[in-house]
Amino acid sequence: MPGKLKVKIVAGRHLPVMDRASDLTDAFVEVKFGNTTFKTDVYLKSLNPQWNSEWFKFEVDDEDLQDEPLQITVLDHDTYSANDAIGKVYIDIDPLLYSEAATVISGWFPIYDTIHGIRGEINVVVKVDLFNDLNRFRQSSCGVKFFCTTSIPKCYRAVIIHGFVEELVVNEDPEYQWIDRIRTPRASNEARQRLISLMSGELQRKIGLKVLEMRGNAVVGYLQCFDLEGESGLVVRAIGTACTLDKLSSPAAFLPACNSPSKEMKESPLAHPPSHGCRSTHNSPIHTATGSRLTQNFSVSVPTLIYTGMGSGSAGKEGGPFKALLRQQTQSALEQRGGSPHRFCRRREFPFFTLTAFPPGFLVHVGGVVSARSVKLLDRIHNPDEPETRDAWWAEIRQEIKSHAKALGCHAVVGYSESTSICEEVCILSASGTAAVLNPRFLQDGTVEGCLEQRIEENLPAGCGFCHIPYDELNMPFPAHLTYCYNCRKQKVPDVLFTTIDLPTDATVVGKGCLIQARLCRLKKKAQAEANATAISNLLPFMEYEVHTQLMNKLKLKGMNALFGLRIQITVGENMLMGLASATAVYLAALPMPGGIQIAGKTPSDGSYEQHISHMQKKISDTIAKNKELYEINPPEISEEIIGSPIPEPKQRSRLLRSQSESSDEVTELDLSHGKKDAFVLEIDDTDAMEDVHSLLTDVPPPSGFYSCNTEIMPGINNWTSEIQMFTSVRVIRLSSLNLTNQALNKNFNDLCENLLKSLYFKLRSMIPCCLCHVNFTVSLPEDELIQVTVTAVAITFDKNQALQTTKTHIEKSLQRASTDNEELLQFPLELCSDSLPSHPFPPAKEHLESARSNSGIPAAQRAVTVEKASPMGEGNFRNRSAPPCANSTVGVVKMTPLSFIPGAKITKYLGIINMFFIRETTSLREEGGVSGFLHAFIAEVFAMVRAHVAALGGNAVVSYIMKQCVFMENPNKNQAQCLINVSGDAVIFVRESELEVISTQQPTANCQQSCAGGEVTT
Amino acid sequence: MTSELDIFVGNTTLIDEEVYRLWLDGYSVSDAVALRVRAGILEQTGATAAVLQSDTMDHYRTFHMLERLLHAPPKLLHQLVFQIPPSRQALLIERYYAFDEAFVREVLGKKLSKGTKKDLDDISAKTGITLKSCRRQFDNFKRVFKVVEEMRGSLADNIQQHFLFSDRLARDYAAIVFFANNRFETAKKKLQYLSFGDFAFCAELMIQNWTLGAVGEAPSKPDSQVDDMDMDLDKEFLQDLKELKVLVADKDLLDLHKSLVCTALRGKLGVFSEMEANFKNLSRGLVNVAAKLTHNKDVRDLFVDLVEKFVEPCRSDHWPLGDVRLFLNQYSVTVHSLDGFRHQALWDRYMDTLRGCLLRLYHD
Repeated sequence: MPGKLKVKIVAGRHLPVMDRASDLTDAFVEVKFGNTTFKTDVYLKSLNPQWNSEWFKFEVDDEDLQDEPLQITVLDHDTYSANDAIGKVYIDIDPLLYSEAATVISGWFPIYDTIHGIRGEINVVVKVDLFNDLNRFRQSSCGVKFFCTTSIPKCYRAVIIHGFVEELVVNEDPEYQWIDRIRTPRASNEARQRLISLMSGELQRKIGLKVLEMRGNAVVGYLQCFDLEGESGLVVRAIGTACTLDKLSSPAAFLPACNSPSKEMKESPLAHPPSHGCRSTHNSPIHTATGSRLTQNFSVSVPTLIYTGMGSGSAGKEGGPFKALLRQQTQSALEQRGGSPHRFCRRREFPFFTLTAFPPGFLVHVGGVVSARSVKLLDRIHNPDEPETRDAWWAEIRQEIKSHAKALGCHAVVGYSESTSICEEVCILSASGTAAVLNPRFLQDGTVEGCLEQRIEENLPAGCGFCHIPYDELNMPFPAHLTYCYNCRKQKVPDVLFTTIDLPTDATVVGKGCLIQARLCRLKKKAQAEANATAISNLLPFMEYEVHTQLMNKLKLKGMNALFGLRIQITVGENMLMGLASATAVYLAALPMPGGIQIAGKTPSDGSYEQHISHMQKKISDTIAKNKELYEINPPEISEEIIGSPIPEPKQRSRLLRSQSESSDEVTELDLSHGKKDAFVLEIDDTDAMEDVHSLLTDVPPPSGFYSCNTEIMPGINNWTSEIQMFTSVRVIRLSSLNLTNQALNKNFNDLCENLLKSLYFKLRSMIPCCLCHVNFTVSLPEDELIQVTVTAVAITFDKNQALQTTKTHIEKSLQRASTDNEELLQFPLELCSDSLPSHPFPPAKEHLESARSNSGIPAAQRAVTVEKASPMGEGNFRNRSAPPCANSTVGVVKMTPLSFIPGAKITKYLGIINMFFIRETTSLREEGGVSGFLHAFIAEVFAMVRAHVAALGGNAVVSYIMKQCVFMENPNKNQAQCLINVSGDAVIFVRESELEVISTQQPTANCQQSCAGGEVTT
Repeated sequence: MTSELDIFVGNTTLIDEEVYRLWLDGYSVSDAVALRVRAGILEQTGATAAVLQSDTMDHYRTFHMLERLLHAPPKLLHQLVFQIPPSRQALLIERYYAFDEAFVREVLGKKLSKGTKKDLDDISAKTGITLKSCRRQFDNFKRVFKVVEEMRGSLADNIQQHFLFSDRLARDYAAIVFFANNRFETAKKKLQYLSFGDFAFCAELMIQNWTLGAVGEAPSKPDSQVDDMDMDLDKEFLQDLKELKVLVADKDLLDLHKSLVCTALRGKLGVFSEMEANFKNLSRGLVNVAAKLTHNKDVRDLFVDLVEKFVEPCRSDHWPLGDVRLFLNQYSVTVHSLDGFRHQALWDRYMDTLRGCLLRLYHD
């Protein structure tokens, strides 16, 4: 009995009218946790009930605390018939289980109904008392912190980065159970929401257990995904990186209480506690009823790409052998770790890291992108002998990734991620990452020989070290093309580098970066089962190849030489495959200058044809020149003599490593180059190629003042201002089914993406100069002729003046500003700026915020009343009126961003992970404004619910926010639509840097002002 | 390729003021796009028509969703779905409840009923304001009226509290509600020269002085007649106004009044002779207006009467505004010197307000 959960229902507001006769509602609340339910009194005839309930107390296992969500149902009491449900609130109490996260959840939560959306709000206070039980980490993993952020969280220091943790749980999808035929859509949706909530709780607990086994205390880069496999079930899987983190502010190391129990377990490798704490993945309690129906009777592994850039050159004299040594060392270091063979074979098996940004010195070398895909057939056949099919599938893929990394001379994979695409019974599993050599210092409990460490650091020139090739030049796995590093001239570098990670902070970059996308569609015949899977796996290598070619060409066209944050998504539909690759292109100073693109006609007989070719050539050269200017790429000229190596032959350097399904170690090669032609020669021999060249030139650069990237920050911009705008945009287009060709499809898809980007630039024009960061495109094919593209990104403003001319006088600046005032275009930014300033006056330090939070625990009635009196006129008014600090109620501003930081602010506390899953359904699609109206409202509601949860935890922002799933289905004929959304992120408290300064100078007054201001915001 | 679905949702709700104006003005999406194109936005931003269409649709959808909340502005402040900075919320409310001068002049003083709503077609045709916009404005008036109708206390304050308007807008709405409640005639041809501002000014004076709430009677009689303190004219006061009749009925009193005024103003007035000739007519007019206010019908015609009996005669004699002011001041002050007249306080309550109104109404 290690925990007591206490819940108090304070009040409701804006409830819907449930009794048409009186235009009022008789509301009461059911509070349910596990199998225990409490009820409040009925508050008669009010749309703003004040229940002010007692504390409902649940005495529960901490295992349940981790798995179960708190379920709050608001109902309308009806004397004669069944009580009508108004809506529900699910509260994940996980954040209350960490010792240093939130201590109380208190605030207004939107009451959500899967059919009607948000219907009013309810004020709830939740607390947890954890009893100190030495054995409490046996079955649960309460102490482990989870972060979505794919770097070491800002207020922590990584003591050890342990490595990869993964887990998956499987269940039947309630939507496909027989009972679904007789229950209401609402009941079905709620069953699904609840199940997924349970499953993710369970998954998180199990991952936590693994972390404890590794003696870590946190999971960073936690990525949880759902696979809706339809009839064959529901898979919830998660990956992450186990770490031991140390809180920065407290120099006394945070030694997790979990140390002792995990040690205990370590001594007995087979120590599976008698209860289900360590049971195997698929025997979860929720699953045992049905057993596993998931099975595989067909599987095709498809060729896998290793993207990397190579060049020829003389062998390294010292570098090679040393690195080999180093590799050996790290490898053995990895192997040495830990006592339990069971546990550590797992880790050695997959030295993967979901992180995309690293502590300085962690990343030694980067090899290139490794990826693997596999086509699987989902099958309904119940096969109890193979309960771990999904595990086996992923293990296979990971094994392949690992071997690819090895081929690149790397012992680890960073920036690792996994994804699936499902259409009917076919499923494509994908994994990708960046092969890398890491500094063992962080992987080890600090016992690495100091000398080795020393030498690594000596040999790591800042800004270029990670570019140096990790593989042995004398024994390269493929013919490569290398030059000496343009930065340090000591080591070899490839001429092009592709990676899935963020740009290392110490990397030397010339100019600015830009977003690059490769887009591709391929028609496929409709087929069933095996035939379908075979058709798909036959198409995949060609798609990979073309995506790669497009990326390479576009990179050259930008005059750049490296890609970061590369993410290739292959989506399978009924009759087509879509490929979308996004990456941020940059010019790395350490890498050689990219060559141009040459166009060659195959049949140079016709004069006019020749002319056409030369015309195209000129256009391309012009574009490259223009891009170089646009992105300020002007690397210092280097004479080749200094480098002392021959100019690399322009030669195709892309490699395709193929591995056959079962034998992933056996690496065969497929030359990606166009025959034996020179690199970057585009041959126009048919209309297809013509299209390709045209499509190269159709990508329009963003309007001036706009930049875009899909990494955390834009290389070359560092003077961010505080205004941020996170957004989600969704588009669905219907293809005309008549004579669809690959070209027409490609054009449609290209236009869709380009138009979407153009729309974003237009919508956000008031923020210029700004940068769209972390642009994340997701493609899905919900139906035969529908393509859905979902984009989530954040627009951040930056100060252009400060960046360009710091010497500019104040007067000049203000003059410039005044002149821009006159332009209609720029009317908004100024207003927005002035708006946004007073809108974030958060308490300056966490103590203040905490006091504010505890204040907010006062009965809502009191708070609500004060607001009624507030008027919207001007900030001044507000400030005066809300004299009792924080007595004023409600809506605090909560920022959301996909980035791990907030510009101009300091994150002072991580409050816990936000992981929410919602279903919304309608049977009155037209009345709700059609599909656009329906989805617009739903996404706005999802944002609102995320914000409400963060605010209730006492936070003021969500970082590393991601919309992992947005599955939209419609049936306009039946006037119906359904949508599932899954989002996650880290709830945090941040403090503006300017406010921090204020505090240090005038603490007492600031304190008062800030708390007043906090009250102001809340109205 | 057709776009089935196209949405943009920001964590902070984007509000484009220009599109908001077009939406409030009742333009359809396609009209709004055309108007934006005409305003040259494509050239300024290099956007395409498709982008503009999509953007406009998005904003319209957002406004449509916000409209429900705008009907009860405090809800807009407390709701959680749209994160909007406070100053933007104020802007949304203020603009939503703003009205067109041409429209308000058409419905000012009319009963805010279904009947009037049916006439909106005609008003729309006459004023050139879209029917949609007319409906919104009409519904706004009616909504505010319904909410504050039964409330105690200051009309403008009540409106401000429940609709979170700026002072200016709250006072305008107070005037609209006051006029609608008392059904003052404002549509007659001879009143056409008056602006909404003129009427609103008069309404404010009347609310301040002629209603139940005005004299601070409420605290002393907490139980009776305290409802609608600011909405309804003080019936007792209107009854009492009959007593003023003596000023014109008693010939001696009238002569004395006239001679006192003439003595005081001799040499100060450019239109002295006209004033002297017209004094009895003017005085009769002003006092009779007061005496008639016991009847609802005559209350409604207050402005017609004031214009007919005072403004028009003076205007036809080309009185400058300064002279009108001098005259009215002297005219009301002099009454204090009439020994036989006992209703000084009543006179002041009546005349102070009337003087203010008349001065405002006196223009071309």
